[in-house]
Amino acid sequence: MSQSNRVIFYFALVAILFLLEGLTNFWIFTGSWDTSVSILNMALVSAVMALGVNLQWGYAGLFNVGIMGFTALGGLAVVITSMQPVGEAWEAGGARVLAGLLIGALTIGLTIMLRTKLPKGNARAVFTIVVLVGGFFIYRSVFDPGVEAIEAVNPSVAGYLGGLGLPVLLSWPVGGLLAAGAAWIIGKTALGLRSDYLAIATLGIAEIIVAVIKNEGWLSRGAKNVNGLPRPVPNPVDLQADPAFIEAAARFGMSPVEASTLYIKLGYALLFTAVLVIVLILAQLARHSPWGRMMRAIRDNETAARAMGKNVTARHLQIFILGSAICGIAGAMMTTLDGQLVPTTYNPLRFTFLIWVMVIVGGSGNNIGSLLGAFLIWWLYVKVEPMGQWLAQVSTAGLDPNNWFAVRMTDAAPHMRLFTMGLILLLVLRFNPRGLVPER
Amino acid sequence: MDFLNALVMLTNFIIIPATTYGAQLALGALGVTLIYSILRFSNFAHGDTMALGTVVTIGITALFQSWGITLGPLPTALLALPFAIIVTSLVMIGTDQVVYKFYRAKKAATIVFVMASLGVMFMTNGVIRFLAGVKDINFTDGERFLIQARAFKEWSGLDQPLALRTTQALTVVVAVIVVAWLFWFLNRTRTGKSMRAYSDNEDLALLSGINPNRVVMVTWLIVGILTTTAGVLYGLDKSYSPFTYFQLLLPTFAAAIVGGLGSPLGAIAGGFVVAYSEVVVTYVWRAVAGYVLPENLQPEGLLQLLSTDYKIAVSFTILVIVLLFKPTGIFKGQSV
Repeated sequence: MSQSNRVIFYFALVAILFLLEGLTNFWIFTGSWDTSVSILNMALVSAVMALGVNLQWGYAGLFNVGIMGFTALGGLAVVITSMQPVGEAWEAGGARVLAGLLIGALTIGLTIMLRTKLPKGNARAVFTIVVLVGGFFIYRSVFDPGVEAIEAVNPSVAGYLGGLGLPVLLSWPVGGLLAAGAAWIIGKTALGLRSDYLAIATLGIAEIIVAVIKNEGWLSRGAKNVNGLPRPVPNPVDLQADPAFIEAAARFGMSPVEASTLYIKLGYALLFTAVLVIVLILAQLARHSPWGRMMRAIRDNETAARAMGKNVTARHLQIFILGSAICGIAGAMMTTLDGQLVPTTYNPLRFTFLIWVMVIVGGSGNNIGSLLGAFLIWWLYVKVEPMGQWLAQVSTAGLDPNNWFAVRMTDAAPHMRLFTMGLILLLVLRFNPRGLVPER
Repeated sequence: MDFLNALVMLTNFIIIPATTYGAQLALGALGVTLIYSILRFSNFAHGDTMALGTVVTIGITALFQSWGITLGPLPTALLALPFAIIVTSLVMIGTDQVVYKFYRAKKAATIVFVMASLGVMFMTNGVIRFLAGVKDINFTDGERFLIQARAFKEWSGLDQPLALRTTQALTVVVAVIVVAWLFWFLNRTRTGKSMRAYSDNEDLALLSGINPNRVVMVTWLIVGILTTTAGVLYGLDKSYSPFTYFQLLLPTFAAAIVGGLGSPLGAIAGGFVVAYSEVVVTYVWRAVAGYVLPENLQPEGLLQLLSTDYKIAVSFTILVIVLLFKPTGIFKGQSV
């Protein structure tokens, strides 16, 4: 099969899977269009992420294990952009918190300045420590009372600063910017060293970003979650009250409630498709530009590229920031779709590892491949659990339900995902490292 | 008296826990460093291998207990440990045969190994969740304390208690034995010497007739001993849960890199650097300051530099500092 025929075949397969999900409730399918569109929506978001990761890995060979962190920053961006500001909280401690953060940033800035200006030696070391320790204590003494005051404001519904009250769609680029900032810091530290250092550093920063979002109540309400994020699509209650909509729903033979949820989900699907198409076109243009060729040249032979006068570390930093920003945008899209920020849901399997499997399975270096991988693997990820339950049922059919194996099989069905995804990655890496749609 | 009280507090809340944790991290970091110097990649599956060893130990311990075999005052897990080490080492050698051997033969890039280890990590994670679920498991038995808090208070007449748990003392003793054996093995035996030769210069080692397959196999065997011991000691000291073991990965890497990847001595030093920094930075210093400082200088706040929720940030910060200023680590590892 030629490459383009193969692409058509695989996409047809994906389409059939989504159609089956809507049409039949046989085996692992639910027979609900609502579920089908829900899976599609998450697949679209994952596809955007996969394009970002493909930029880093496929174009430049950078191994980023911190996708979860950049996604979480995107989620945070939705809160700080689109929620209404909590006036009382701002009065209570907003200024203190901002001043504290400013002092923190100034301390780090001053340290960096000292270290570049002063000559090497004991004096520099002493100054560095004095500035850092002093700055830290001033920062804490300004920052902490502010946080306490904010978190005391109406804790059951607010207890945080709120956002800027801007349109929610604006939070998508903001998410990209936040992720890009974090990527800049990481890239500056770990790029240009051994290739696995970037992996370790990104793993760490992702855990820290999620820890911050989980614990800094003044910023994100932490474990209390932020509910009721504004939607970029119509409200279901408004739709159900609209006579024209009820009439249209009746024409399709659906109840107003059913029709309104489907309508809203399709609305999201359209928005996500728009973003996906834009990112895909830009990524393809970049790939076929001189810049893209330079990136691949660096990936294939760093030494040769360096000999040609290319600044490898700077180019790596550039593409690392770009890819992470795309993950940030996707993270914001995902939180917008959920309508709430739940910091405890961020886990490395779902947000880092799964995207990796998508890129590798689809074909690293090939944008269409990443797209295909995203659709296929997301579909599989959703369906592994029902498959696991089915497997548990079949394998323990004749056994006493209290049998050790039967108990473990039934308990373990939700954890099948970890095992299956790991297995798929290993199999593809071993037997088909170029993926379903190889790079040309 | 105040000074003595402060000293006891420091011992109780910093020196004992940090030394224990440091010994556990050091064992973990030794494994990371060995894999790095012999197989030349950072093994992301390390934390989950520790968990696997612990899960197997938990299973065998339960079996022994059901047979009525215990170690008296010591935890039964200690008796189960050798069997668990055999199982874990076999699993690791098997994994190597199925997964890593192929890439070694192909002389694949380091990053491919790292990726494969990520796949192994998630598969292992799936297996341990299948075997032991996701809940916390406490598998310590035997005598809980060597020094009891109340007994110490009565004996010394101080206000501050001092407690030493059996598992804490055991951790240090076992870790010292394992490390001493490892150094003896690497420096004195023929196999150990061939491992070091292979690590220093692969081509020269092959030329002088060292069998690479044997070196790799022995490495996995030793890594199995180190990870299982580290995991079991950590589990005895705290408790077992798949999530905490996954999160041990970062401090372990930080320890190995601080010490200098590839340097066994560095891994041990790194383990203690990371453990002490973590405990010191997240400790609430107010009470100690209350004993040591004069009354008019008493602090108002808790004097806690960082909330315990950000423990992971400590290892990360150490990692970043090392990467920025001394990428080869304290003991000049191989990495650049």
